[in-house]
Amino acid sequence: MSWRRLVSMGLSYAALLLLAFLFVSPILLMLTGSMKADARVLVEAGSFRAFLPLDVDLQNYRDVFARVDFGRYLFNSLYITGMVVLAGLVVNSLAGYAFARLAWRGRRVLFGLVLAILILPLEAIAVPLFYQVTLFGWRDTYLVQIVPFIANAFSIYLFYTFFLGLPRELEEAARLDGAGVLRTFIAIIVPNSKPVFATVAILSFLSQWGVFLWPLMVTSGEAVRPLPLAIATFYTLPPLQWGDIFAFGVMMVLPILLVFLFFQRWFIRGVVATGIKG
Amino acid sequence: MLFALPALAGLLMFVAIPFLLAIGLAFTNLRLGSPLPLEFVGLTQFLRLFADDAFARALLNNLLFTLVVVPVQTLLALALALLLNQPLKGRALFRTLFFMPVVFPLALVSVVWILIYAPGPNGMLNSFLQLITLGEWQPRDFLHDPWLALPAIMLTSIWQGAGFQMVILLAGLQSIPEELYEAARIDGAGRWQRFWYITLPQLRNTLVFVMLVTTILAFRLFEQVQIMTRGGPRHATTTIMYEAVQAAFSRQQVARGAAITVIFFLLVLLVTLLQRRIAREERL
Repeated sequence: MSWRRLVSMGLSYAALLLLAFLFVSPILLMLTGSMKADARVLVEAGSFRAFLPLDVDLQNYRDVFARVDFGRYLFNSLYITGMVVLAGLVVNSLAGYAFARLAWRGRRVLFGLVLAILILPLEAIAVPLFYQVTLFGWRDTYLVQIVPFIANAFSIYLFYTFFLGLPRELEEAARLDGAGVLRTFIAIIVPNSKPVFATVAILSFLSQWGVFLWPLMVTSGEAVRPLPLAIATFYTLPPLQWGDIFAFGVMMVLPILLVFLFFQRWFIRGVVATGIKG
Repeated sequence: MLFALPALAGLLMFVAIPFLLAIGLAFTNLRLGSPLPLEFVGLTQFLRLFADDAFARALLNNLLFTLVVVPVQTLLALALALLLNQPLKGRALFRTLFFMPVVFPLALVSVVWILIYAPGPNGMLNSFLQLITLGEWQPRDFLHDPWLALPAIMLTSIWQGAGFQMVILLAGLQSIPEELYEAARIDGAGRWQRFWYITLPQLRNTLVFVMLVTTILAFRLFEQVQIMTRGGPRHATTTIMYEAVQAAFSRQQVARGAAITVIFFLLVLLVTLLQRRIAREERL
């Protein structure tokens, strides 16, 4: 290897290590802080002790459960996210299939409308939707946090493009055997489309786990509130104890972090899929 | 048709109708719990908004946020992607570390960064700045400083979002055919020339897309503001969405919130059309 190459490699590693430290330090701060006495979190935030888990004390974690009903929030988040993801997979894959492979009147026009809806972020409809669900009497329910988010234009679009690329012979063989459309879909299409199901599931899990704006608007009681809202409230709850707040944070990010670390390949593929749209 | 029915019904009910409702409500005086009868008031809501200092500040803040965050975050993500596009050991690990903040909910990110920005010499960022300026830095209360609060929110957002763009750009880099680089090498092109004449043009559509997504995210800015600063100090960090939620939710002024929503939508539409235009020019 030439000197020039060695120097360039050395510089790359130095840059990567520095950047990696900057990216990870807030996470280390949280993890370390969650395992030491509350009073020391703020005092030591400015020293190297902020990043090194020198002691492992789970008292903060016990405090979280003593101070608030963490289990309740965790259940709410898991339930809401799980329902949106599962129902979304069913509803949006069927729609994607109908647009990609079935012949029916109005298909083109309606698909054009779905594509138009793609550019509408939730924020653009949050206020009228808030008014609408208030009229329905849906505020402070699980329903209001699940039902509006099941049908998703982007998921339909992802399913649509994937199904378009499947060979037609797959279905033709099943049809010849006398299988109906639904049966063909379940028995032939779904098993051959695992990548797109994984991508859609991960993307909707990722966006749903962090929801904040919508539950802030439509829930007031603690009963149905998810974790992101709960930590914002927990932070304002006196006395201000940073160790407890960080313990709450670690527990709230753990489910999605584990899913990310185990299914990293699919995660990255899902995110890259959002880039194909352009 | 039957297959698409549930999804279409959902989109109609919870996206299309609310969207049309927003346009309709923006021209009324609707206020939840108000004894006044519902009236058509024309452009009154919009005129009031544009006469309102807080809303003008919100538009300005979103614009500043976009002008800083979009280029800085894109350049950082591009640098990360270029670093990781080399045959180095441990690149998968680095990629994981840079991407990790993306899976953190914004609400949690905001709370953690409140501690990073803690005032006084013990604050994490304060002591870090003191360290690298060899003690010259005077500790500041970032989130309560009218000049520093918005930059602080920008930094937090860049930290959380850069990994997302990085993986898209990395995929873009990896799809550039190796032959192009080989041919350039044979013609004697240096490293910088190869980057300028091959990498950048090949990556152009991906870059445009990534910048569009980040611009729209910049317009949606809400969580960080709601949790870290509540729009303060003195509107220094208020945003379009923060004003919309304040109006519709905290003050029950649904019509005003709907008018803000319409303005928000027009901005998003404008940015999207602009991106389509820039991306299309390339194909000619």
